[in-house]
Amino acid sequence: MSLLEVTSLDAGYGDFQALFDIHLTVETGELLALVGANGAGKSTLLRTIAGAIAPMSGHVRYAGADITGQPDFMRARTGIVLVPEGRRLFPTLTVEENLLVGGSTRRDGPWNLSAVFDLLPIVADLRNRACSHLSGGEQQAVAIGRALMSNPDLLLLDEVSLGLAPIIVGQLYAVLPNIRERGMTVILVEQDLSRTLAVADRVACMLEGRLVLAGRPAELTREQVTDAYFGHGYGYLDTDSGAAR
Amino acid sequence: MSWLNAVVQGVLLGGFFAISALGLSIVFGVMRIVNLAHGALMILAAYGSVLLIERTGLGTWSSLLVVVPVMAALGYLLQRLVLQRAVSISELAPLMVTFGISIMIPNALVELFTSDVQALPTGNLATRSVSAGGIAVGLLPLLTFGIAVVLIAGLQLFLARARSGRLMRAAADDSQALRLMGVDNRVVYAQATAIAFATLALAGVLFGVRQGGVAPFDGQVTVLLAFETVIIGGLGSLWGTLVGGIVLGVTQTLGGEFSPEVPLLVGNLMFLAVLAFRPNGILGRETRA
Repeated sequence: MSLLEVTSLDAGYGDFQALFDIHLTVETGELLALVGANGAGKSTLLRTIAGAIAPMSGHVRYAGADITGQPDFMRARTGIVLVPEGRRLFPTLTVEENLLVGGSTRRDGPWNLSAVFDLLPIVADLRNRACSHLSGGEQQAVAIGRALMSNPDLLLLDEVSLGLAPIIVGQLYAVLPNIRERGMTVILVEQDLSRTLAVADRVACMLEGRLVLAGRPAELTREQVTDAYFGHGYGYLDTDSGAAR
Repeated sequence: MSWLNAVVQGVLLGGFFAISALGLSIVFGVMRIVNLAHGALMILAAYGSVLLIERTGLGTWSSLLVVVPVMAALGYLLQRLVLQRAVSISELAPLMVTFGISIMIPNALVELFTSDVQALPTGNLATRSVSAGGIAVGLLPLLTFGIAVVLIAGLQLFLARARSGRLMRAAADDSQALRLMGVDNRVVYAQATAIAFATLALAGVLFGVRQGGVAPFDGQVTVLLAFETVIIGGLGSLWGTLVGGIVLGVTQTLGGEFSPEVPLLVGNLMFLAVLAFRPNGILGRETRA
């Protein structure tokens, strides 16, 4: 059984529709990478799965149950946890307090303060610091640790590498196998194609709010992915809209 | 000696101002809601004591055992059922709702109790004093100051160490992110409001005891003094309410040395001076981005 099943999903902000007829399934233990250009709808899709945005139509099923109408905090309690874009740490709380708040769901599992400190030693060193004084990479490490504290079954990682130095991004990606070895399912949003193709079991490419290409990295050519990324041959950018209709 | 006496009395008066400002500070600090009904709710709590004393034979102090939890429950429900909805409408809506409540409460009290002052007896506590170094200090103001220090220290400890206190600080930082951690921010808000209402209930009864009784429209002055205390001390700082209360209290009693008519006026002038020269308050943090 698929852990997550998204069907015919339309979503957006107010009158602005950002997602069109998304169909997506994710298997337990899988790492799915969502790729696409800025504004393709990757973050919106993650936020809709996390429940932070209510869809306009369509359904989200998780572990066999329809959770379309469930609010975000209920979804976190059933194991869907989002590391949001921009990290969104609590700036006046210390690193350790941020982690403790992350553990608010009190779900059982391998992750607790000491497990997170073992995985991310940099977080352990910072435990008593206020989060407003951390570098971007430090913040991202804390944000990932905070999400793990909840012992999620489905971890949603939004733009982990945004604004970070490549060496920091490398360090953060190096912990992914440790996270996944305990059976966690991961959906990763990323703009860096080569890094994504190296770690993902499956890649889904988004273009202007639609899923246009999906498959295993080994089965896709780099040209296919870059074409989907930039929209060549998909009737969006290199064809005028009248012809596409 | 009369100057020193005025300062001592002012400091103790500041303890009362601090207690009456705590609830306002918490509601604004956690929810960013300006509770214009704060003063009227204080007076409502004092009338709760009046009613209990009349009907049940409880004393003023023992009536707190009922009034404080009842007001806390009222705060929880008001936040959950009314203010939370108002917040979702617009930023201005909660202001209008609390303004409306501040009008409704005193007028309802006039209907139920007339506009006469209702007594809150405490035996001879209000008139007893202790002397030290030639200065006579009222027992009640001394007691009030002690309650203020213990209350602020306790609340500070709660916010710093307790799990639900930590969630309140997190909710003040970023309620949307908190929801993503599986916490319903509306419940956290309601808990914070319950605590705020518990402190304002205590403040209202203390106010009535100090004055010897309460009248329906007393909230109009108490809410102003509570606001001035919070602003002078600095928004978002609980110890700031004590500092703000002491500054306001000392300013008032020193003003009273010149003329019995000026304390409120010089208190307001001090408030304006702080706004002009130190808008973040004495202990206030720099404005957050």
